[in-house]
Amino acid sequence: MRGPGFLEQLETALPGSVAGSRLDALDPWIEIEPSRLVDVCRWLREKSEVRFDALECITAIDWFEPDSKKAAKATWQPHTELVYHLWSTASRVSIVLKVKLPRWKGDVPGQLPEVGSVTGVWRGANWHEREVYDLSGVWFTGHPDLRRILCPEDWEGHPLRKDYEQPLEYHGIRGR
Amino acid sequence: MTQPQVNPTPWIEGRFEENMVLTTVEQAINWARQSSIWPMTFGLACCAIEMMAAGASRYDLDRFGAGAFRATPRQADLMIVAGTVTYKMASRVRRLYNLMPDPKYVIAMGACTTGGGPYFKWGYHVVKGVDLVVPVDVYVPGCPPRPESLLEGLMRIQDKIQGQRIAKRTGSVGKVDDELPVPHHSGYVVSPVADGSLVFDHQKVQS
Ligand code: SF4
Repeated sequence: MRGPGFLEQLETALPGSVAGSRLDALDPWIEIEPSRLVDVCRWLREKSEVRFDALECITAIDWFEPDSKKAAKATWQPHTELVYHLWSTASRVSIVLKVKLPRWKGDVPGQLPEVGSVTGVWRGANWHEREVYDLSGVWFTGHPDLRRILCPEDWEGHPLRKDYEQPLEYHGIRGR
Repeated sequence: MTQPQVNPTPWIEGRFEENMVLTTVEQAINWARQSSIWPMTFGLACCAIEMMAAGASRYDLDRFGAGAFRATPRQADLMIVAGTVTYKMASRVRRLYNLMPDPKYVIAMGACTTGGGPYFKWGYHVVKGVDLVVPVDVYVPGCPPRPESLLEGLMRIQDKIQGQRIAKRTGSVGKVDDELPVPHHSGYVVSPVADGSLVFDHQKVQS
């Protein structure tokens, strides 16, 4: 990346959107405030000097409560983290955006955390976001067609969450 | 009381001179049937690659008359379930099985279809054995099984066909005696939506 100057440009363009960053890492990353994610993405694609015109992937990581034996050494609070890998085909640089969400909206189990959808910025985000919703349970507000993409439509739960429990029965077929 | 012999040589065989071949209708039909088992084109995962290898020139499934992979269940006698059966696919597997004309046979190919295989413990989406959905005649273990194993499985199906009797035995109800019980699990193929309302998105018709 183009060093700290880039970060200052982002801060001036969209004040209060950066929650943290590390640009000297192998994969330089910027942490974004969830509420500003769509604005930042649009700025990165359309306004910044390095146009990030390709969204490579969206990943969700479930940071679950640590095991009681390891809790003392744990450095995190339970949360869900979204990771966006962006690529600029013209300048051949990549950047990673991170967004930290609560595991459940308002800490009520069953209420999916919400974040804005970036389908309006990159059309390709459509299926990525559907997959993240399906497997990790993040609700993307403003997504045109947010339904399950891999699991059957009447599936319950989000399998890649750490507290997911396997079904014992599905439409009369024994689970184990 | 002596047990009836399962497959005796017909009394008429070998009684006439060389150029005349005589056999029973039963043997002729079984012979014809076992030499033309048409499998259904149906591969679900990695095992299907090995099934294709069995069908290609090196292993040549066609030697057994089973090389005509049909693209429709209506023309198929044999379903080789090659690969991981997920819950989402299970109802489709069952539907395809129901569409096949009798007599029909199923080979469960690979560890996944015999009992869940590598997905047994943590595969939340995998049916733990396709015999929970359709009756299986021959299990071919392996991950994936070598083409030779699949050929062996096919020969066991042939043995099974050869042992079939046309004549009804007293007490049977016209079914093949060794017919397998059909599992009652069926996904949602045979349980219609009660009030006629559409439940799933793919059932909607674009107007
Ligand atoms: S048994 Fe092994 S090779 Fe066959 S479908 Fe399962 S994982 Fe793939």
